[in-house]
Amino acid sequence: MIEEQSIIKVGMADLNIGSQDSLIRTTGLGSCVGLTLFDPGKRLAGMAHVMLPSSDIAREGQMNIAKFADTAVPELLSRLLALGAVRSRIVAKMAGGSQMFAFAGGSDTMRIGPRNVESCKLALDALNIPLIAEDTGGNYGRTIEIACNTGVLFIRSVQKGPKEI
Amino acid sequence: MELFKNFKDFKMDVLKEVGNIGAGNAATALSQLLNKPIDMAVPKVQLLSFEEITDKVGGAEELVYAVFLRVEGEAPGNLFFILSPEAATNLLSRIAGIEISGGEELSEMELSALSEIGNILAGSYLSSLADFTSLSMYPTVPALAMDMAGAILGYGLLQFGQMGDDALLIDTTFLEGQNEIEGQFFLIPDPESFPKIFKALGVPFDND
Repeated sequence: MIEEQSIIKVGMADLNIGSQDSLIRTTGLGSCVGLTLFDPGKRLAGMAHVMLPSSDIAREGQMNIAKFADTAVPELLSRLLALGAVRSRIVAKMAGGSQMFAFAGGSDTMRIGPRNVESCKLALDALNIPLIAEDTGGNYGRTIEIACNTGVLFIRSVQKGPKEI
Repeated sequence: MELFKNFKDFKMDVLKEVGNIGAGNAATALSQLLNKPIDMAVPKVQLLSFEEITDKVGGAEELVYAVFLRVEGEAPGNLFFILSPEAATNLLSRIAGIEISGGEELSEMELSALSEIGNILAGSYLSSLADFTSLSMYPTVPALAMDMAGAILGYGLLQFGQMGDDALLIDTTFLEGQNEIEGQFFLIPDPESFPKIFKALGVPFDND
């Protein structure tokens, strides 16, 4: 019998939590980073689609905390903890942060992918969450999916084919 | 986004005209390259969420070819010329006489030809816009990518990401014959460019 798995979608600059048999998916990661947190004991996972490295540059009135690395990671953690995750068991994985277009003498905007990755790592360090796997960089887009029961992160891309981390 | 909440229809019409003039010139350039008439849909100017923008080209995972130019100068922004893989091979075979066997990845030479076609079209879009507004606008060297639409367009939305969760997009579709879509132009001016564009065109920008 094939179990129907529910798929939870995470849009751009969005985050969400899933448990048990569900999958959390975000599509079309370019310079954005898909960051996942997973508690293997509780089989709880969360994913954030981070778009920009730091909320310092936010100029909006009502800030979307899922958008920035430095605000999305703590929010994702606190949502997992609220659902009963055990902090010491939580591990992180991430994918994305590529440089879609290469220009000579690229400005800071052009390096946004690598900067997103750096900021995510800093945010994880600050919270003492180990990063156990990553598939970042390159110049191609990715679609990622985390299985909430195993914590396996599936990565699909047009140019590189499927991958699991 | 606050900045655009107050845009009246009149201002949207001005932006439509901006898209119309740019894309009109690009359509003429394309028509000359192909030596056949190219039609153009009336430009759409819409304030869309990031999700809706990728939906316009068939969803975040849809495979597209995109020529991307960063516009620099007085009214900076991002310009995309987006083609489906079919339209891309179609264009190549008709303009450059390159026949592509189905399903194959494009070679370096073919990608370079495609990038050049995109460059010509985007250049004519931009130069007519610069003439029309008397603002200096110059393109960066074009970059070509073949990838998921979400990954590509996400890049053009970064400037908007600092301000909110939607972007204002001027979208023009090229058609040939039986509504066969040839390509789409997306102009995404940076938020701070709007007052300059309006001012250059003699439209008062006072958030009314």
